Amino acid sequence: MQKYQSILDQLPYQHPFLFVDEITEIDLNSIKGSYFFHNQHDFYKGHFKGFPITPGVILTECAAQIGLVSFGIYLLKMEGKSTKNLNCVMTSTEIEFLKPVFPNETIKVEAEKQYFRFNKLKSSVKLYNSVGELVLKGQISGMISTEKHE
Amino acid sequence: MTKEDIIQKLKRIVEPYVNHTENFNNLTETSDFIKDLEINSANLVDVILDIEDEFNIRIENDDMEQMLNVKKSVEVIQQKLK
Repeated sequence: MQKYQSILDQLPYQHPFLFVDEITEIDLNSIKGSYFFHNQHDFYKGHFKGFPITPGVILTECAAQIGLVSFGIYLLKMEGKSTKNLNCVMTSTEIEFLKPVFPNETIKVEAEKQYFRFNKLKSSVKLYNSVGELVLKGQISGMISTEKHE
Repeated sequence: MTKEDIIQKLKRIVEPYVNHTENFNNLTETSDFIKDLEINSANLVDVILDIEDEFNIRIENDDMEQMLNVKKSVEVIQQKLK
């Protein structure tokens, strides 16, 4: 059983669109997590033909699932709120891609809270490849709550 | 700070988040941020945070729920500035 299993259990994703394996550290200001990009993912067949590279949108999604959604679940819990009927929507991204991520790499995501106010979480995110090089950096925002939202 | 000063500052704050330019150009006190200016709920949070910075005030959940149009927002800001 993982240390932060209860957060993983509440993520509203599953295969083939779950991009979090592990949360390694978490507190009120930051989160760290990791994911292994198995070479059997379907998108490698098409991105690109005969030359598989992890799509930037998938890296962004991975950063968001750790840096926004996992983090948001924790922050809601720490505010004493129920995380049963979770609503989450990504609302903006500003991302730079610095290096490619190949199949069978384990990446690490580190995110820092910019603010969590009125159900909106804004995080600055960094994603590192299997040898610790920075491959993605930027800002991701989303609405996360246990109430209905537009 | 006069009401007009507050409205001028408010206009500058909301402008980057507006999706209905025509309604913004014809802004009135009853212009609704979401219905008329088509600001989405995530950006409305940014409007509120920018208002906090601009006027050096703290806005709570109850305040935000009231701040749906120009007039209501000016009232809340004036109340906080007292």
